[in-house]
Amino acid sequence: MKREYVMGNGAIALGALAAGVNVVSGYPGTPSSEIIETISKYPQQGLHLEWSVNEKAAMEVAASAAYAGARTLVTMKQVGLNVASDPLMSLAYVGVKGGMVIVAADDPGPISSQTEQDTRMFAQYCRIPVFDPSSPEEAYRMIQDAFVYSEKYHTPVLFRPTTRICHAYASIEVPEQFGVHTYEGFVKDSGRWVIFPRLSYANHAMIEKRNPQIGKDFSSYAPNHFTGKGPKAVFASGVSYAYAKEYLKQYPDIRLCQIATPHPFPEQLALACLEGVEEVLCIEELSPYVETQLLQLIGAHQLSVRVYGKLTGHAASSGENSADSVAQALSGFLGTAPADAGLDLSDMPALPLRPPVLCAGCPHRASFYAVKKAMQGKKSYFCGDIGCYTLGNAMPLDMVDTCLCMGAGITMAQGLHWVDPQASCFAFVGDSTFFASGMTGVVNALYNEADMTLCVLDNSTTAMTGHQPHPGTGRNMMGNVVDKISIENTLAGMGVKKILTVDPLNLDAAVTAVQECAAEPGVKAIIFQSPCIAISKPTGKMQISEKCIQCKKCIRETGCPALITIDGKVSIDESLCTGCGLCSQICPVGAIQ
Amino acid sequence: MNKDILICGVGGQGTVLASKLIASAATSCGETVHSAETIGMAQRGGSVTSHVRIGREAFSPLIPSGSADLVLAFEPAEAVRNLRYLKTDGMVLCSSVPVKPTTESLSDTGYDGTEMLAYLQGKCRCLIIDAQSLCAPFGSSQYFNVAILGAAVGAGVLGLDAESMLQEMERKIPAKFIENNIAAFRAGMQIGEAYGIK
Ligand code: SF4
Ligand code: SF4
Repeated sequence: MKREYVMGNGAIALGALAAGVNVVSGYPGTPSSEIIETISKYPQQGLHLEWSVNEKAAMEVAASAAYAGARTLVTMKQVGLNVASDPLMSLAYVGVKGGMVIVAADDPGPISSQTEQDTRMFAQYCRIPVFDPSSPEEAYRMIQDAFVYSEKYHTPVLFRPTTRICHAYASIEVPEQFGVHTYEGFVKDSGRWVIFPRLSYANHAMIEKRNPQIGKDFSSYAPNHFTGKGPKAVFASGVSYAYAKEYLKQYPDIRLCQIATPHPFPEQLALACLEGVEEVLCIEELSPYVETQLLQLIGAHQLSVRVYGKLTGHAASSGENSADSVAQALSGFLGTAPADAGLDLSDMPALPLRPPVLCAGCPHRASFYAVKKAMQGKKSYFCGDIGCYTLGNAMPLDMVDTCLCMGAGITMAQGLHWVDPQASCFAFVGDSTFFASGMTGVVNALYNEADMTLCVLDNSTTAMTGHQPHPGTGRNMMGNVVDKISIENTLAGMGVKKILTVDPLNLDAAVTAVQECAAEPGVKAIIFQSPCIAISKPTGKMQISEKCIQCKKCIRETGCPALITIDGKVSIDESLCTGCGLCSQICPVGAIQ
Repeated sequence: MNKDILICGVGGQGTVLASKLIASAATSCGETVHSAETIGMAQRGGSVTSHVRIGREAFSPLIPSGSADLVLAFEPAEAVRNLRYLKTDGMVLCSSVPVKPTTESLSDTGYDGTEMLAYLQGKCRCLIIDAQSLCAPFGSSQYFNVAILGAAVGAGVLGLDAESMLQEMERKIPAKFIENNIAAFRAGMQIGEAYGIK
C-alpha cells in the first residue's frame, strides 16, 4: 500500500481501479472530468477507457459490457445524466451481471451548470440504489462497495459526489498495483437482455420487492450510521454531513445521522435513530430528499416527530451549503452558540467584480466579432450553446441570445426561423458539442427545410472542461492516434451544400464568409477553425505605436482582457496578449502591430 | 498541529501550486491534510481560492468563517473578499499589486487596490508585500507564489519550516525553473523574517 494525496475525483478513479474495473466511459463535465483523466494515468492490461461522444453513448457502452459480467464505470455531470436517462431508465429494468457504477456529479450552487437537479431523486425515479459520499476518503471506499452491491442485486447503481467532494483533496491509501476483474463474457439470453413489455412488467414487480430488501441491507451498511443521543436529531447527507460534523465537534452528544445511501432509504437505521427523538433537522443540498423520506417514514409509523429542513424554511431551499450556513441552521435548531464569525466586516469597501470572460486571444472572440460585423444592421438571432463560447454573451460582444443545453443552439435557431422567417438565424456550436449532440439538429434542419447558418467554433479541443480530446482531434483515451473525424465531411455527407472553412483571425475573410452564407437560403455552415490558445503556442505579442489616437475602438469592440488602459492610455498587457491580431485589424489608424 | 490556511487570488496567478506545496510538505511531516480548489469557469480571470486544512480536527473541505489562521492573498481586493475566513487573531500576507478586473478597461471603476490595502491594515495583523520589486529580479510575477510561502515561513506563521518547503519545491517544480523559485522563496523569507523581528 502507498499513500496518495489526491482530488476527490482521483479518489473515485483509484477506488474504481482497486475494484478492478474493466470498462470506463464518460463525457467531460465539471465537476466530474478528472475521474477519467486520472484513470488514463494508470493504464491496465484488460481495461478499456474512453471519452464517449456523449453520455448516452457512454452509458450504453458500459451497459453491454456489464451484461457480459465486466465491471464498468460511467462518469458524467448531473445534466449529462439527462442525456443518458433514456438508456438508464430501461437498464434499470433489465439489470446487469457485472458491477456497473454510474458516477453523476451534482453541482449545488450551481457553480458551473445549468441546473440544480438532484441525482438522488433520479435514483429514486429509476428505482436503483445511489451512494452519496461525504468526503474523498469515503468516496474511495464507497465506490468499491458500489460495485459489490451492483453485483449482489444485479442492478446498475448511481454514485453521486458533489463539487466539494470532487474537487477536495485528501490523502488515501491505495494498493501499489491494480488488477482487473475477471468475467465470464456475454452469454446470449434474449429473455434477459432484450427489453420487451413483458420483461419490463415482470422486472418492475421484482424491483419493487427487491428495493425494500436493499433498504434493509443498507441499514447495516457502515457509512449509514448515527452517533449521540437526546430528543433532537440531525440528519445529513453528502458533504453537508461533513459541515454538520465540523460544527458539532463542540457538541459530540448531539444525535447526528449520516444517510450515505439515500435510495433505497435505510429505513430501519432511520427508525432506530428516531427512537426518543422529538425534533429533526435535515441538512442536505439540492432537493429536500432525506426530509421527505423521513416525513413519509414518520407518517407511516405514526411517530410524533417534527421534521425541519428545506420544506419548513429552516434550511435554504436552493444554492450550495457551506460550513457557515450549516452552522447557522444547527445553532438555530439546537439553541447553541452561533459559530465564531471572525472579524466585523460591516464596513467593507465595494469589491471589484471579476466575471469570467473569454481569454485574451481566444479565437471565439474573433468568430463572434466577424458574425456581428457581417450582420450589423440586419435582423439576426444568435443561438448559443454550452462551452467556453457561452461567454460570447458578455459585453461588448453580446452575441448569445439563447443558451439552453448541449446542442440546443442548432435546433433553437430553427424554431426562431419558423416564427420569424425574415430574420437571419445563427447557431454557434463548439467542435466537441457538435459531435456530442449537434449532428441530429443539423439533419433536422435539412429535412425540415429550415433556413439557418451553423457556425462551428472549431478550436480542436473540449476547452471548458479542461481540454479533453474528442472525435475531431485524432487522439483517444487509450493513447492512440486515430483518424480525425472531419466536421466538414460530416456536414457534407448529411447534405449541407454550402460549407465554408475560415480562420476567424483573418477578419476580412471571416466577415465575407458570413455575408456569403447569410445571403443564401437553406442550411449553410461556416467552420471557424483556430486552436484554443491554451493548447497552442502564441504567435507573438502586439504593440501599440504612437500612431494611436486613443479612440479606444479596440477595447470597445473586442473586450479583449489584454487591452488595458494605463493612466488613461490604451496599452497591451504583454503577459496576456497572444498576438492573435484581432485588435490590429480593427484599429482605424493601424496603430497596433 | 491544527492550522487552516486560505490562499486567494485571481485565476492564473499560481495559487494552486502554493496550496499543493503546503499540503504536500505538511503531509510529508506526517500531518493529516485536506484541501479544496476552485476549478472551472471561475479560473478564467475570476476570483479563486484554495483552502488548506492541516490537522485531524478538520471535517469540512472548506474553512468555516472566522477559522483561518493565515490568509495568503495574491491580490489586495481578493484578501478583503476572503477576510471573513480569518480568525480574529489570524494573520494576512498580501501582495500590494492590484489586478484590475478583466472588464476594467470597458467599465473603468478606477480600482487600484489602495483602499483595500488600507482596509486590511486597519482590520487585522497583516504583512503587505511589494510583489513587484520582490519579483523584479526574476522577470515574472509568477514567482510570487513561492515568495509568499517564503514570507510566511520567515514570519514563522506557516507552521512548516524552510527545509520541508524547499524539499517539496525540489520535488514539484521542473528543474529549469527551480533556481529562480528557490531564490524567490528566500527573498520572501527575508521579508517575513524582517516582519517577524519587528
Ligand atoms: S492581439 Fe489584440 S485582441 Fe489579440 S490577444 Fe493581443 S491584445 Fe488581445
Ligand atoms: S483602436 Fe487603435 S487608435 Fe483606437 S485606441 Fe485602439 S489602438 Fe488606439
